[in-house]
Amino acid sequence: MLTVKSGLTHLGRYVQLMGRVLTQPDRWRMFYKQYISEMFQLGYNSIGLVLIISFFIGAVICLQIKLNIQSPWMPRMVVGYTTREIMLLEFSSSIMCLILAGKVGSNIASELGTMRITQQIDALDIMGVNSANYLILPKIAGLMTIMPVLVTLSVFSGIMGAYATSLMGTTTVPELDEGFRYQFNQWFFWCGMIKAVVYAFIITSVSAYKGYTVEGGSVEVGKASTDAVVSSSILVLFADIFLTQILT
Amino acid sequence: MIEVKHLYKSFDDKEVLKDINATFNNGQVNLIIGQSGSGKTVLIKNIVGLLTPTSGNILYDGRDFVTLTKKERVMLRREMGMIFQSAALFDSLTVLENVMFPLDMFSDKPYEDRVKRAQHCLARVNLEGTDKKLPAELSGGMQKRVAIARAIALEPKYLFCDEPNSGLDPKTSIVIDELIAGITHEDKITTIVNTHDMNSVMGIGENITFICEGRAEWQGSNKEIMDATNKPLEDFIFASDILRQAKITYDNEKKKKGLSPDPSL
Repeated sequence: MLTVKSGLTHLGRYVQLMGRVLTQPDRWRMFYKQYISEMFQLGYNSIGLVLIISFFIGAVICLQIKLNIQSPWMPRMVVGYTTREIMLLEFSSSIMCLILAGKVGSNIASELGTMRITQQIDALDIMGVNSANYLILPKIAGLMTIMPVLVTLSVFSGIMGAYATSLMGTTTVPELDEGFRYQFNQWFFWCGMIKAVVYAFIITSVSAYKGYTVEGGSVEVGKASTDAVVSSSILVLFADIFLTQILT
Repeated sequence: MIEVKHLYKSFDDKEVLKDINATFNNGQVNLIIGQSGSGKTVLIKNIVGLLTPTSGNILYDGRDFVTLTKKERVMLRREMGMIFQSAALFDSLTVLENVMFPLDMFSDKPYEDRVKRAQHCLARVNLEGTDKKLPAELSGGMQKRVAIARAIALEPKYLFCDEPNSGLDPKTSIVIDELIAGITHEDKITTIVNTHDMNSVMGIGENITFICEGRAEWQGSNKEIMDATNKPLEDFIFASDILRQAKITYDNEKKKKGLSPDPSL
């Protein structure tokens, strides 16, 4: 009963905060400045992580499919085909976003939490600035813009990883080529983009809520940072089920 | 002028402010003093609107902050400047960007004019040449001065300082006090300083409100404080041996001159 009440309280406070966030910025030039900065900080700085993880996961998926699924009864192109579908439908859009929830979510929650406990948010409020809008909206807009780019890079890097396995002699480039091109459904790519945008909103808004509402000191900021990652990851997984059901 | 009338503030069942009545004058340094936990910070947070009073009125030149609409409050807040105990500078911005922030947010002046104004404010707090530094590279006293520069950038009508001398050495505290007093007098600002620093009380306290256990016990100037007969105020002000001795000397001198000393000591 207490958990339900606490959950509803958080939901109400989250909706209230989003009501303050999703309004017109006080000053557009300040918003654009922050928006570009957040895209760089949250997105550009994650490109390396996305490329490395996706490359190796692409390679590993390819190897696993080859070792466990392929048999004389299966067409040779099935390795490339399955790798492409896994990368496109689930890994790059959902699992990559889960990994980014850890990096980006903790970053946002700890930044805002520290600003709260050092009274920087109070300073904004006293100036008459809508602090929630000024601090959170550029983060949401920035990650929602850059996330589809990260997902596209992830798919590309995963496929490069799969090609790299041909160097080990596990598969051949023509076999993979055939699989990657086999019955390609463009809609699956757009599903990944839609998922990426939704997850970007969940990760930034939930993490920002956790950080913005911190009360106390450094221990609470650490806790908020952990809570942000846990809550946004769980919500991304929930959203994955619904979006997969709706979109495919 | 800011007037606080019958202000109450409770947190759950705990009543922190009890029927506070106080007047803070224009062009003067108004101090709120009291022991730690007496309700000073809660009072200043209610005055600036970071907390909502349980009941009572806060009048900014006749405008009741409690009953203003959201939009009117935002407009009124643009007439306020605040210096926090921790300076509350934006970590990711340079000194110049910190001071320019309120100008970037609310001024329609061209960029060059905004830079000039910010540099003028920094010069006023004797911080020329620190434009490109980050707050983390500054000392505590310098951070407070940057906070003062940021607070006055938009030429506020009301300036609030929450324990501006906290964590500073006595010499730097005097510099900060003099800056606050100077700016208040030159710009005719209504300044409210929340402090328990006795140097500030004696040095710049033109209008002092003493808070004890959530009540406004006494109001007067630093000149009147030596003659005050309020017991909690005396216990607070003359708690240290040095100040107690100074009070005894003061009373003895008065006695010699034929004036009656304070009977409570």
